[in-house]
Amino acid sequence: MDIIFLLIPIAIILASCAVWAFFWSVNSGQYEDLESPAHSILYDDDDHLIPEDARVKPDGKKAE
Amino acid sequence: MTGSIIDQNTSLGCYHCGLPVPKGSSYTTVINSEARSMCCPGCLAVAETIVGSGLDTYYKHRTETADSPDIRGKEIPDSLLQELSLYDDQTVQHDFVVKKDAYSEASLVIEGITCAACVWLLENHIKGIPGVEKAHVNLTNHRARIIWDQDLTPLSTLLAEIYRIGYQAHPYHPDKEEQLLEEEHKRATRRLGIAGIGMMQTMMLAVALYGGALQGIDNQYVTFIRWASLVIATPVVIYAARPFFIAALRDLKTRHLTMDVPVSLAIGGAYLASVWATLTNSGEVYYDSVTMFTFFLLIGRFLEMQARHRTGRAGNSLLNLLPASALRILDGEEQLIPVKDLKNGDRVIVRPGHTIPSDGVIVSGNSSVDESALTGEYLPIRKKTDDSVVGGTINVENPLTIKIIKTGNDTQLSAIVRLLERAQEEKPQVAKIADKVASYFVAAVLITASCVGFGWWIVEPASAFWITLSVLVVTCPCALSLATPTALTAATGTLRQNGLLITRGHVLESLATATHIVFDKTGTLTEGNLTLQEVTPLADADQNECIKIAAAIEKYSEHPIAKAFHEQSAELTATEIHNEVGQGLQGIINGQRYRIGKPEFASQICHAEQPAPPKTSGQWLLLCNQSSALAWFRLNDQIRPEAQHTIQALQALGLSCEMLTGDNSSAVEEVANYLGINATISGVSPEQKLLHVKQLQENGAQVVMVGDGINDIPVLAGAQTSIAMGGATDLAKTNADGVLISHNLLRLIDGILLARKTKVIIKQNLIWSLCYNLMALPLAAFGFIAPYMAALGMSASSLVVVGNAMRLNRLRKYKLNTAQKPSPPEAEN
Repeated sequence: MDIIFLLIPIAIILASCAVWAFFWSVNSGQYEDLESPAHSILYDDDDHLIPEDARVKPDGKKAE
Repeated sequence: MTGSIIDQNTSLGCYHCGLPVPKGSSYTTVINSEARSMCCPGCLAVAETIVGSGLDTYYKHRTETADSPDIRGKEIPDSLLQELSLYDDQTVQHDFVVKKDAYSEASLVIEGITCAACVWLLENHIKGIPGVEKAHVNLTNHRARIIWDQDLTPLSTLLAEIYRIGYQAHPYHPDKEEQLLEEEHKRATRRLGIAGIGMMQTMMLAVALYGGALQGIDNQYVTFIRWASLVIATPVVIYAARPFFIAALRDLKTRHLTMDVPVSLAIGGAYLASVWATLTNSGEVYYDSVTMFTFFLLIGRFLEMQARHRTGRAGNSLLNLLPASALRILDGEEQLIPVKDLKNGDRVIVRPGHTIPSDGVIVSGNSSVDESALTGEYLPIRKKTDDSVVGGTINVENPLTIKIIKTGNDTQLSAIVRLLERAQEEKPQVAKIADKVASYFVAAVLITASCVGFGWWIVEPASAFWITLSVLVVTCPCALSLATPTALTAATGTLRQNGLLITRGHVLESLATATHIVFDKTGTLTEGNLTLQEVTPLADADQNECIKIAAAIEKYSEHPIAKAFHEQSAELTATEIHNEVGQGLQGIINGQRYRIGKPEFASQICHAEQPAPPKTSGQWLLLCNQSSALAWFRLNDQIRPEAQHTIQALQALGLSCEMLTGDNSSAVEEVANYLGINATISGVSPEQKLLHVKQLQENGAQVVMVGDGINDIPVLAGAQTSIAMGGATDLAKTNADGVLISHNLLRLIDGILLARKTKVIIKQNLIWSLCYNLMALPLAAFGFIAPYMAALGMSASSLVVVGNAMRLNRLRKYKLNTAQKPSPPEAEN
């Protein structure tokens, strides 16, 4: 069980890295807008990535 | 009823902004391969710009319709471009643009954002402009950050492009308070993060300790794990839990005990005991409880803070009432300058539709001025030479030349803000139940602990210290201090989903004990704008024909009276429109001369006897041609449809409903009678409003104030609880304790009912947690409690409290159709 003398300090070091990363992200303003990133991922203009045969064609017209 | 023209034209909403499309309008465009109809050329232009730049997916993704745009056609008017070009000046940009190498970074506040799709639309449209490197729009606080090359595109072009897709951009200069808010938010997030990470780590180590206690563990490992926990828990206590300690210290200094005192006592006591145990390698450690407790409490505070910040979104709320630029006359030449450069004695021209930049006196011209922002009076007031005008009000009809007599902090607008600050300071404190309990609790715990300590000191001095500590830890008011915040968080969330946003913690408790509810009239009980109520044709005139004629003439005016006609479609074209200030309009349609406006003014052209106006109260307009009088039009400020039910239901709940208004016309009486309001005071200034509420409060009343305008702000700040309407000015919203975002007064009833239920649940929670502490206390005092039992008991009692609070997630919504007898079942408390 002596391994915990190594593992627990490593865990503490990793946790302090996590704290540092968290502080950095807060200070750079990433927590100011918690709403729009969740939506914006859905708005990507990926119409042209949909395979030709899988496209929904409104009114028989081909989507761009 | 003579004419019910109101329901004829609202068949379909505008595809862009959702407002009704006027009958017979022909503004259509193809969006997502279907023809969509629009209400006005402005919406059409915006929609075409959006489709034209390939961003029509906006319409697929949006969840709310857009705000009605400010522009009228596809091209932006020159006057606006001219005003925007002011922002290209380096000295003006100094406040909100930062130079970084070749690029500049501008901070803007954007008006008109309604949902996440707006953010997408804005970002993509701005990124499409040449020279723009980065564009980021924040949905929560409506701020935009644009990084671009000034050499390629001037700032005014960016601003104009934002106008073209239906939004308005203003420079964002954060004032001191707002910077503080931002810093507070960041600090709270960091604290929450530290507490969360620390809690997870100590929990992990605590499992090893508990497991070891049951199965057996070597002493060297126990010591090591304790030291590791100490290292992790220390930043949680010193950094994350700091606000509790500071608040507790402040409370002790002012001799006013709140929940922060027992909380700090618990965190500090348990932590110090654990440190002592770690150093001396004896006793028990409680690092896991300390960190978990801190984290849970911080979550509650964080949520409350977020709700409070949510309303204060647009930057510099006061300055938004004033225009950014003014047209100064210097040596006979007109010159566009920033408003902050205005000095006393300057002469400025204010065009119709523009906002008066500062307090002054009219030098030449006569016009009417819309003072609704300051007085709540929705009809413009006539002003002539030598009359004084107030900054922030809007010139309606004719150009005015004004000599500035007051600027900056001396203006009336600033005076209102100062009144607001004073009212906030004098606001009566709401006694929180938890704080009352807290003061007894602290005393009880300290007395018991010292008795126990003393008792054991006599009987068995060796274990006295540890048993006294375990008494302090067992009585750790986990459940007690979670009792209120969990209930408040659950109730606040439920109300927010239903359209009432609570921004300050005390609101739910003070709503439950409210005795008086005071409403502002214009914009709160009424819609706040004039609508066409009825048409009475005279002689053999045709009703629809009369409406068409009136609409054709009024189309050219932006007067609130004329706006009531704007939703009618103007198929006819009027020419030679002439505007007589404060009287009415004259125009020619198909060779025939018409006048509409005040009866004396309109009847002049037909040289006929002025017909007697109908008896019903309201604003009566007369339409005449050169041979006879044609029709009467009645305009009125519509009372909100749900207002009467709301008042009745509130009275059934035992509240006294009052109305305070700056208006002193006969309409006040009429509205009060219709709604069945208990007491009405009309024609009062913001100071008098505040005075009245203070008087009520001195007589022991718990007052809830509901309002919307700038003139309501001081009284909103002075009442125990204040609620602003969703359409209120930003300044009103940031100073209110709650915002009615759904615009529906019925939600007030939900709020009061849920507040009362919350109070019951808080009481249950407090009783339960006190019972738990009372039971545990004697056991701990006699030294029967092992640390894992204390931890188990604490967690279980906290869970019961949280579960009980979750019951507030359900809300029995108060509906109009089930409201024949408005006496809902929960009203008995």
